[in-house]
Amino acid sequence: MPNMSLKKVPMPEQDSKIRTKNFSEVALGYTEEQAVEEALRCLQCKHKPCVKGCPVNVPIPEFIKEIAAGEFKKAYEIIVRENRLPAICGRVCPQESQCEGNCVRGIKGEPVGIGRLERFAADYYMKNVKNDVKEVEKNGKRVAVVGAGPAGLTCAGELAKMGYEVTIFEALHTPGGVLMYGIPEFRLPKALVEREIENIRKLGVKIETNVLVGRSITIDELFEEGYQAVFIGSGAGLPKFMGIEGENLNGVYAANEFLTRSNLMKAYDFPNSPTPIKVGKNVAVIGGGNVAMDAARTAKRLGAENVYIVYRRSEEEMPARLEEIHHAKEEGIQMKLLTNPVRILGKEGWVTGMECIEMELGEPDASGRRRPVPKAGSEFILPVETVIIAIGQTPNPLIRQTTEGLDTHSWGGIIVKEETMETSKENVYAGGDVVTGAATVILAMGAGKKAAKAIHERLNK
Amino acid sequence: MYRILSKKILNETVQLMEIEAPYIARRCEPGQFVILRVDENGERIPLTIADYDRERKTVTIIYQIVGYSTKKLSQKEAGDTIQDIAGPLGKPSELKKHKRVLGIGGGVGAAPLYPQIKKLSEMGVNVDVILGGRTKEYVILEDKFREICQNVYIATDDGSRGHRGLVTDVLTKLIEEGKEYDEVIAIGPLVMMKAVCAITREYHIPTSVSLNPIMIDGTGMCGGCRVTVGGKIKFACVDGPDFDGHLVDFEECMRRQRMYKEEEHVCLIGLEG
Ligand SMILES: Cc1cc2nc3c(=O)[nH]c(=O)nc-3n(C[C@H](O)[C@H](O)[C@H](O)COP(=O)(O)OP(=O)(O)OC[C@H]3O[C@@H](n4cnc5c(N)ncnc54)[C@H](O)[C@@H]3O)c2cc1C
Ligand SMILES: Cc1cc2nc3c(=O)[nH]c(=O)nc-3n(C[C@H](O)[C@H](O)[C@H](O)COP(=O)(O)OP(=O)(O)OC[C@H]3O[C@@H](n4cnc5c(N)ncnc54)[C@H](O)[C@@H]3O)c2cc1C
Ligand code: SF4
Ligand code: SF4
Ligand code: FES
Repeated sequence: MPNMSLKKVPMPEQDSKIRTKNFSEVALGYTEEQAVEEALRCLQCKHKPCVKGCPVNVPIPEFIKEIAAGEFKKAYEIIVRENRLPAICGRVCPQESQCEGNCVRGIKGEPVGIGRLERFAADYYMKNVKNDVKEVEKNGKRVAVVGAGPAGLTCAGELAKMGYEVTIFEALHTPGGVLMYGIPEFRLPKALVEREIENIRKLGVKIETNVLVGRSITIDELFEEGYQAVFIGSGAGLPKFMGIEGENLNGVYAANEFLTRSNLMKAYDFPNSPTPIKVGKNVAVIGGGNVAMDAARTAKRLGAENVYIVYRRSEEEMPARLEEIHHAKEEGIQMKLLTNPVRILGKEGWVTGMECIEMELGEPDASGRRRPVPKAGSEFILPVETVIIAIGQTPNPLIRQTTEGLDTHSWGGIIVKEETMETSKENVYAGGDVVTGAATVILAMGAGKKAAKAIHERLNK
Repeated sequence: MYRILSKKILNETVQLMEIEAPYIARRCEPGQFVILRVDENGERIPLTIADYDRERKTVTIIYQIVGYSTKKLSQKEAGDTIQDIAGPLGKPSELKKHKRVLGIGGGVGAAPLYPQIKKLSEMGVNVDVILGGRTKEYVILEDKFREICQNVYIATDDGSRGHRGLVTDVLTKLIEEGKEYDEVIAIGPLVMMKAVCAITREYHIPTSVSLNPIMIDGTGMCGGCRVTVGGKIKFACVDGPDFDGHLVDFEECMRRQRMYKEEEHVCLIGLEG
């Protein structure tokens, strides 16, 4: 008998008063009983609408059926056939617009908690099953991967499973990309990302850190070194600024810097970790995506009393995951919606406030969203000492500047053939944020997987 | 892990290290820098590549002990390893085949200046150099500069060697004596570079400076190293570190460099205590 409750089994969470004082994970994960109960909400639909919403086609009803039957290990094995990083996706996918967005149970009531169940299966496996990842016999062909984010890691893992000798070149001292430097510990524990990376290493993938492709070595030189194909998964790491007055004042951060200081360099543990970070009592975060939510919630945990999200559209338009918006509000983040910054004010070089203007929704623009227009005379000053800009990122220009024959869009993204992720340069493939612009973990992984398949076909022609 | 092959004490606060770094030694050019982490929990600190040896696969760094991380680095000896070193970062200097160039190195700024001057001399450019320091002990690399320069002028605050006063005094004197330079390359503390630019602007001598804002990744990802040059935002780690000194907003640079003054102090107390 399916469980006909209209609501998901609630997720056990750290209390919002306590969690704003620590960096531990907010959502604690289902117990076995809770997982079975939630799995029983799935109707095992024959036409599987949920699967169509998943960019990597996780066999959703099949794995949920195993959870319902208490076969947690089997559930995990079904998921990893399509998704190498389920512990991560279960936590960070925007399920409401993907798998769960298509779930029939969502028509009346809440959809099945597919992400939570995926996370449960992955966590269960990690905790209870001895990892038996083994290196595959090598086929003697070498592939280079640029960037150790989800796109590069997935591509490398898939190729290694097929016997390729794969080396990932990563600019930072730690692999993981945004999973390590961007998304905070309280949403995605770093130990978990490290374990997934360890599994990819066990497949025989070599990771060379501290190598900035384009400077330390060029794409053409990689071919000279004997690599037969190159996959570029360098992400969209270049932060955008607003171009308003006061952006270079002390106390203004790009979200990337703020989050990198806190996550990668562990500034939250200052002075035990020597990298400092400055957080005022009052902090304004500009933007409405996941990056903005993460920055705001990090600022709160670092001791800020008032944290504002300043977003020029309304809440419905916020691109952040629903759960993050919900968690942010629970934690006391104040939403200044339909508000746009005009300039940042300072005294003796330090931020003292931000002038904002209220917006109202006008005619729909090209994207179909109603365009916000400023309300004349509604300017006001938000007194803050820290401003964090989280209005988006574009691909870093370094690789396109140093690689001849690599076609890119005017905004910087690498142009690829959608079916194979092939670029305009022979035997060079690309995927993830460097192709799409800032998007999602699961799309980056999907692209890495698609490219691995295409590289395999190419090198065996 | 990266091995330290040799270490030299240049004066009481400045030291030199030769570090094994194959990827960096292979492609680096004058003007570029590295970012290193001394140990596992270390901070990422940028240092200019002062010299390199492609065959031995090494790079040389010369650093001044100013705070926590440089102090930690100074505690390492030849044979030890450091956790990470990434590079080469930044754009190579655009060195032109001029007739005559003047290099100005203030304190440890002589270290990043050296590879540029060396390359220029290899290109057949006549170079003069002014080196400055608090006392004669703080003037570094004088011998190495003498090997490749036509004239080496020294200025020290206390007059213990060369001219008593600032490098800018010597600069003004040289110009007034009628020396003609096609370009000045000034590297040192921001106040020094600013003062040099004020003079060369007046005499219309193109001037290149090397900026050293606070950096983290050095790859163009964090935006922390942004500087205003000619009214535009530039990321020093990827667009620089060399810029046209006459276009740099030095006041802003100086202000941004002081952003973590209090924290740096806290950190250092931790190390000494
Ligand atoms: C704060 C934040 C929160 C987010 N939250 C979510 C979320 O909840 N859910 C979700 O689905 N998505 C989220 N995203 C987006 C998601 O993280 C990205 O879409 C995804 O990481 C893209 O993967 P990628 O592999 O293409 O690139 P990245 O993860 O950016 O990895 C690229 C890697 O390449 C390296 N690199 C770059 N240039 C070079 C070079 N020249 N040489 C060598 N290495 C190089 C970088 O250092 C980096 O490690 C978030 C992003 C941010 C910043
Ligand atoms: C491109 C570049 C090249 C450089 N080359 C040299 C060099 O060849 N020799 C040399 O002695 N120094 C060089 N520096 C400066 C050197 O990076 C700093 O002295 C060092 O980071 C100080 O670290 P600390 O922990 O010892 O001192 P701290 O006590 O942390 O800081 C002392 C001062 O150093 C500066 N600083 C601190 N952290 C950073 C950082 N992450 N990035 C940049 N500056 C910082 C700040 O102005 C600070 O006030 C360079 C800097 C840059 C950006
Ligand atoms: S990978 Fe993401 S979209 Fe696919 S089923 Fe899992 S949570 Fe849903
Ligand atoms: S749509 Fe929902 S109920 Fe149907 S199979 Fe998928 S998860 Fe189960
Ligand atoms: S140091 Fe981060 S962008 Fe330059």
